[in-house]
Amino acid sequence: MTTTAIEKLDHHLHTFTEFAKRASGPSWLKKLREDAFARFCETGFPTTRDEDWRFTNVSAIARTPFELAQSATHLSNADIAQWHMENSAAELVFVDGYYVPELSRLQGVKGTVTNLQPAITSKEVESHLGRYLNIHRDPFSALNTAFAADGAYVRIRRGTLLENPIHLLFVSTQANTPRMVHPRNLLVCEMETQATFIEQYVSLGTGTVLSNSATELIAGENSNISHYMIEREDTAAFNVSTLRIQQERSSNVASHSLLLGGGLVRNNVHPVLAGEGSECLINGLFVGSGKQHLDNYMHVEHASPHCSSRQFYNGILDDHAHGVFHGRIVVHKDAQKTDAKQTNRNLLLSDDAQIDTKPQLEIYADDVKCTHGATIGQIEENALFYLRSRGIDEVSARRLLLLAFASECLDRMKPGPAQAHAEQLIHAHLLNVADHAHSQSARTSKGTGRNWEEVG
Amino acid sequence: MHLLEIKNLHANVDGHEILKGINLILNPGEVHSIMGPNGSGKSTLAQVLSRHPAYEVTDGEVLYNGKDLLAMKPEEAACEGVFLAFQYPVEIPGISNTYFLRSALNAIRKYRGEDEMDAMDFLPMFREKLKLLEMDDKLMNRSVNEGFSGGEKKRNEILQMAILQPKLAILDETDSGLDIDALRIVANGVNALRGPERAMLVVTHYQRLLNYIVPDFVHVLVDGRIVRSGGKELALELEEKGYGWIEAEAQPTSA
Ligand SMILES: Nc1ncnc2c1ncn2[C@@H]1O[C@H](COP(=O)(O)OP(=O)(O)OP(=O)(O)O)[C@@H](O)[C@H]1O
Ligand SMILES: [Mg+2]
Repeated sequence: MTTTAIEKLDHHLHTFTEFAKRASGPSWLKKLREDAFARFCETGFPTTRDEDWRFTNVSAIARTPFELAQSATHLSNADIAQWHMENSAAELVFVDGYYVPELSRLQGVKGTVTNLQPAITSKEVESHLGRYLNIHRDPFSALNTAFAADGAYVRIRRGTLLENPIHLLFVSTQANTPRMVHPRNLLVCEMETQATFIEQYVSLGTGTVLSNSATELIAGENSNISHYMIEREDTAAFNVSTLRIQQERSSNVASHSLLLGGGLVRNNVHPVLAGEGSECLINGLFVGSGKQHLDNYMHVEHASPHCSSRQFYNGILDDHAHGVFHGRIVVHKDAQKTDAKQTNRNLLLSDDAQIDTKPQLEIYADDVKCTHGATIGQIEENALFYLRSRGIDEVSARRLLLLAFASECLDRMKPGPAQAHAEQLIHAHLLNVADHAHSQSARTSKGTGRNWEEVG
Repeated sequence: MHLLEIKNLHANVDGHEILKGINLILNPGEVHSIMGPNGSGKSTLAQVLSRHPAYEVTDGEVLYNGKDLLAMKPEEAACEGVFLAFQYPVEIPGISNTYFLRSALNAIRKYRGEDEMDAMDFLPMFREKLKLLEMDDKLMNRSVNEGFSGGEKKRNEILQMAILQPKLAILDETDSGLDIDALRIVANGVNALRGPERAMLVVTHYQRLLNYIVPDFVHVLVDGRIVRSGGKELALELEEKGYGWIEAEAQPTSA
């Protein structure tokens, strides 16, 4: 560890000591935090020498003296109107890490929908919080747990079917000095429930902000759950998110990630198929331009027999953007008849864009089916010409081709308000990308036929 | 005014000269057929006229409706009424045929200052054209050309042409690989578009097509040049004797 890194750990020690003094909560939580911070101090921030972080350098995060916000910047409903979801079952709004009841809407769900703080003393929360997230493997998860103060707490009662999504909106306001937030969400879906969650990160203003969130999602027996992670923050933002899914028997979970914003983004998705016959879909689209770095780290754990997992990630990268897809599949000894599949497809729109894609299969059972594949390609010039030869202008033609590529991800989402929301975001975003790519199309694009290169 | 006037057109692909001085005039109402051996440059000419960016024009001039066609982008040429039925239509996964066709039609209408067509107006017209080409509307919800048979792809090209109603239609081997029924259907589609204000450039290897789409003129392209032009009887002669005699005759001038 370098001296500056140690100084920065000192900085975090100081911040943690201050935080621990004023943070409320029961003694088990205090202990959880202290243990997590101790663990973080043992490892410090990861470096590219760590296998899990080979393609993502977080020294910019390690170097920065982030502070917790002392309070939420005051925002009105008008300030965040653009992000409200009309057809959501409930909406929880967090500003700079603080829950803002005036901006939120909680009624409409059978069960518990609240921020974590008022529920922190309940047995329910105690029995789940911190039980699933692995603070030993990931320093960011340890850091999140150390600073866990608030987030969403949802408990959906057995047999409840929610039509509309629960929207968790995390707003970062203008940061004149570096600010960090550690949202901690606990989503408990009991047996035979059906629900959709949208976790959305947005910015109002710019600045050096670290959102380091962690979500524990428990999918009860025979439940049917969708989770959307939508990153739309300013390109100066750092965003590390970890979704830890615990799947019980015959549960069906879909995780959809949409990375459109943020500067340095790490998206961890870690489902554990703990109950027999459970299924998991891990679907994602990441679209980067400028100097964005978008890292997707999948860790799919098959812990019991007859489970299936499907990973599909599509990346579109322009300019100097750097994408990472790391797909780790672990099949435990008892997880016979596992069926795991992984596909990562990428479109590079510029010569300077980069993708690192890495499958990692660890299989300890003998009767399993695991496949993986990755492709890297460019926009097909012949397809572009075909569209243009019918009168469609170049920007629209590019956009159509990008949309076609992205639509693979949209098609895997269940129709409904969340999918409609994702679709609208993708359409708007790809128009910008197409427009931008067009204005630089004097570049070396020389086209013939299919250009996919098998790298898996 | 001529609809299309090609003067001394030279064009390169990847630094190789393919077109070596083409001269050709099309008037409204005329159908011209271009024949010639493999690799003589027929598709290259078609692609240059529809403004494929990979082809570099090194000399010459093309006037379309009196305008400089070579200064146009592919989409501008299309909006001005140039249409190419591709020898090898491109598959585009993820874009539905119907959506593609409506986007194309509306792009052209917009260029001409006309209102965009909504789905309600588009559909009846679309159905009628599908019928003309005896195409299954199930194909239309599929992605553009994806998984289409060779014949379906060619019919889809003519369907697009029937909907976009171009002034200059360039057909690049639209007949190749079609059975006789499909050929008749495609020819019907093409003939339905013939009219005093339109012209067609029909690239083919086979006289067979020209029984259905009877040309006013036939040109023979050899090694990037038109070496002979004549009436429809020239096609019959070529069918009988092949290209050898013409290539032999053309030899001295190309030295
Ligand atoms: N990218 C390229 N680089 C080099 N040569 C090329 C390229 N594309 C085409 N050519 C050559 O240009 C010549 C003309 O090709 P073109 O496709 O125009 O012929 P054609 O008359 O349409 O032939 P066919 O009857 O087989 O369709 C051929 O010799 C071909 O090999
Ligand atoms: Mg050809």
